[in-house]
Amino acid sequence: MRSIGHDQQKQRSIWYRLNIDVPLLVGILSLLTLGLCVVYSAGGQSADMAIRHAKRIGIALFVMFFVAQIPPLVYRKWAVPAFIVGIALLVSVLLFGHVGKGAQRWIDLGFTMFQPSEIMKLIVPIMIAWYVSQFNLPTKIIHILAAFTLVLIPTLLIAKQPDLGTSLLIASSGIFVIFLAGASWKLIGTCAVIGSAFAPILWLFLMKDYQKQRVLTFLNPEQDPLGSGYHIIQSKIAIGSGGLQGKGWLQGTQSQLEFLPERHTDFIFAVFSEEFGLIGVTLLLLVYLAIVMRGLWIAISAEHAFTKLLAGSLTLTFFVYVFVNIGMVSGLLPVVGVPLPLVSYGGTSMVTLMAGFGILMAISTHRRFIA
Amino acid sequence: MPRQKRVVIRNHSAEANLFARRAFITLLGVIVIILILFNNIYELEISSYEKYQTRSNSNRIKLLPVAPNRGLIYDRNGVLLAENKPIYSLEVIPEQVEDLEKSIKEVSELLDIPQEKQSKLFESLRSKRRFKPLELISRLSDQQVALFSVNQHKFPGLFIDARLKRYYPFADLTTHSLGYVARINRRDAIKLEEQGKEENYAATRNIGKLGLEKFYQDILHGTIGHQEVEINNQGRIIRTLSFTPPVPGKDLTLTLDIELQMIAKRALSGKRGAIVAIDPRDGGVLAMYSNPSYNGNLFVHGISSNNYKKLLSSHDRPLINRTVQGYPPASTIKPLLALTGLEEELITPEKEIYDPGFYQLPGIETKRRDWKKWGHGKVNLSKSLEQSCNVYYYDLSYKLGITRIARMMEKFGFGEYTGIDIYEENRAIMPSVEWKRARYNQPWYTGETLSVGIGQSFWTVTPLQLAQAMSILVNKGQIKVPHLLKATTEISLTPNENQDEQPHRSEIVLEMPIDEKPPIVLTKDSYWDIVLDGMHNTVQKVGATGYSAFKGSKYDAAGKTGSAQTANIGQDEKYDAETIQENQRDNAMFVAFAPYEKPEIVVAVAIENVAKGGGGTNAAPVARQIMDQYFGNRVIISKKAHPHHEETYGEQYLEVNNNNSSGNN
Repeated sequence: MRSIGHDQQKQRSIWYRLNIDVPLLVGILSLLTLGLCVVYSAGGQSADMAIRHAKRIGIALFVMFFVAQIPPLVYRKWAVPAFIVGIALLVSVLLFGHVGKGAQRWIDLGFTMFQPSEIMKLIVPIMIAWYVSQFNLPTKIIHILAAFTLVLIPTLLIAKQPDLGTSLLIASSGIFVIFLAGASWKLIGTCAVIGSAFAPILWLFLMKDYQKQRVLTFLNPEQDPLGSGYHIIQSKIAIGSGGLQGKGWLQGTQSQLEFLPERHTDFIFAVFSEEFGLIGVTLLLLVYLAIVMRGLWIAISAEHAFTKLLAGSLTLTFFVYVFVNIGMVSGLLPVVGVPLPLVSYGGTSMVTLMAGFGILMAISTHRRFIA
Repeated sequence: MPRQKRVVIRNHSAEANLFARRAFITLLGVIVIILILFNNIYELEISSYEKYQTRSNSNRIKLLPVAPNRGLIYDRNGVLLAENKPIYSLEVIPEQVEDLEKSIKEVSELLDIPQEKQSKLFESLRSKRRFKPLELISRLSDQQVALFSVNQHKFPGLFIDARLKRYYPFADLTTHSLGYVARINRRDAIKLEEQGKEENYAATRNIGKLGLEKFYQDILHGTIGHQEVEINNQGRIIRTLSFTPPVPGKDLTLTLDIELQMIAKRALSGKRGAIVAIDPRDGGVLAMYSNPSYNGNLFVHGISSNNYKKLLSSHDRPLINRTVQGYPPASTIKPLLALTGLEEELITPEKEIYDPGFYQLPGIETKRRDWKKWGHGKVNLSKSLEQSCNVYYYDLSYKLGITRIARMMEKFGFGEYTGIDIYEENRAIMPSVEWKRARYNQPWYTGETLSVGIGQSFWTVTPLQLAQAMSILVNKGQIKVPHLLKATTEISLTPNENQDEQPHRSEIVLEMPIDEKPPIVLTKDSYWDIVLDGMHNTVQKVGATGYSAFKGSKYDAAGKTGSAQTANIGQDEKYDAETIQENQRDNAMFVAFAPYEKPEIVVAVAIENVAKGGGGTNAAPVARQIMDQYFGNRVIISKKAHPHHEETYGEQYLEVNNNNSSGNN
């Protein structure tokens, strides 16, 4: 504790006063820059798309900066009302939501479309961290069950939209809190057993046909190479043909000649791998690892259970994005609509992620206020 | 650190430690997962790099086959007989046209394009990519091409495309020998696949279906070229990566002389028949014409079923190549029978028989009539040819018997393929005891031998076989396989060192070697001369059967006439050409060669169902026309005195003019 305090004193730089965590910022900015380059390449070298992406980066950076100014105590105070409003919004999405791409995800606010599930990505970890941090750690089993229930409600509501990717992210953000709060290993083991028992039920009663098809395709993409298997086959070809050094920026044939679908969004990792090769991928993974390590360091250094749990959950959820996206694009996991964080084109999830980093920065720089 | 299960007061330091432990565990988890991801990417990018590299390339790189240009065909004097002519079609690239319907409507009005072609285009528009050209109309006339070119600026996205199509400028004159090309059909495709040639034909639309076009298909076709292009996922060509030009097919130079073909056509006009002229020195076919013929160009564009039906059902059967169809040879083979008689020592040039006008087999009542009712009187070998005496050959063939005749005639190629370089050849029939047994399962009758003796009964020969047999005769036993191909020419273009200039053009001409078969050897070489002399007399002696047709010719010709019965007329029945049905009238045959001493040309003529007279009056004049054309102004005189008689021949100038006795035209 003392050494951290000492650290604080030393680093009272201008960044510190602006509530900006410099190592985190460096990592984020390098990903955003890289994302801009790859989006430009994947979008058929369209300046329009690159400019739109750059604008979103600007907005996201602003949001991050703004959020970083809010003391973490505020979140704790507003956790419960926000959660209730969030659940209400999710229910209303199911009832009155706007249908797009075969799923109900949006609420039409008149001037813009709003996706309540996005904001839940932040509200759920805040809520669970608030709930768990009220009690002593490690959490008692009764509280764990209660926390699980709290996680399950938004997860199921979002899965019903259906939006498997987001519900997965939200579930994991809650579960990370519970895990970090010291749930006993016995309990974790039991949950794993129950979870695997739940899988057939999920398959038979809850998953929609297209989701089942994705799993089947994942297990054997070559079964339908021009249909459902096309995405993953073309993606693996793009990655594999990159080799060690890659084909070079703007030189990826799979992406430039449009063989690769969803190039600038979910499959942007394939474009990156094709053009920058294993060397690029290694560097990218190291940047992600560095961000995760920094995030965990912020969590460990945080002075209150709530901020620790929240910071840890946000960091690990960020990594879930990385794992699910790269895993899916490279054929390790079934296709789930999760973007490559801070690189993929697409505004909503980037803003949410950057808001999350804003919270992390707030936790990193507002320590003295909550001590 | 001991674990505190139940604490009442919050132990911040213990909680922090617990959290740090958990955070550390998750960090380890994160690192493990990153290693798993890394390993998976390593598998893809390093271990399976080649596999995915190949698949990536096969995604984007396509080989577009480029068809080679078909070799051209020339006659012996370099006259073009088969060429590749551009035909023009109007093509549309839909995505480049702003208002497609308006443009199509306007251009259709301009060029007078029928409504059905327009609607067909709009129909195919639905299934095709918008950047691929669609054909609006094919086979534009020169006028339409000009009209469009002037107005092209009004129609962006529309353009004229030229494709090469086979064209035979002499049309029906060459169809039976050249054949034609037509669209590759399923049967052709299967055959090409069996022969492992389908790759070379990937871009080829047409293939030789008949005649030389079929026989020399491989030589004429050439080798396919490739354009390697990069495409996107829509199949749109992004750029060309490399280009391997096709190797054009070799040009063919034929032994045919198109001028002789023209004469042949003119000489046969209005008749059904065939002419074959061979140069006995090398076996080269100078003329090969079957009348009536048909226009091979009709088949290149795909013949309409109406036209095809017309050709098929025509009474004159133009589709049949009569030069390789069997006809009864009639008296034209008498010289060869005489030769057989000499070889078997059954006759000598001097030995005479008496012809009372008929022949009777020993012990049989039936009389076989000579064509001359009152007979030829005393007949020796030469006279038997000059007058085409049947009784002489009834007697000879009776003495020879069918087997000795058949064995000798087979040596002259009857009943067998000559080996000419087209596939349509017919073997015709050389009857023999074995043949009749195999064909009819019947014994041979002596009476049939007598019919064979005058080139009738089952015996059929093709005009080509007849010409070839004569060629063997004038070559005194040497057999040179007849052929139409004289030389092939390979044109190769090598890039010039100076890139701006035209590439070097080099021609490699390959003369076809003369293909010989083992010769016919007789016990005495003089037998050849005896028979050839008889043929000479047949044409040159006043009153001989071939005399009037060649009267006044300036080259020294020899020949033999023939008239074949086609109707089954009893031996004693009277034949009258004018009362009998047209298709049962006699066929007129004639074989000839010239000059007598050093023969350069052998001609065989067959004319079906002539109205009046036989080979001497109908077929010989046709042969005369061919030879007149062949020799032109040349005057050729035999210098040697005749071995077997002292009669002077024909015209007086034969004795005077010595100047142009030999040489080529």
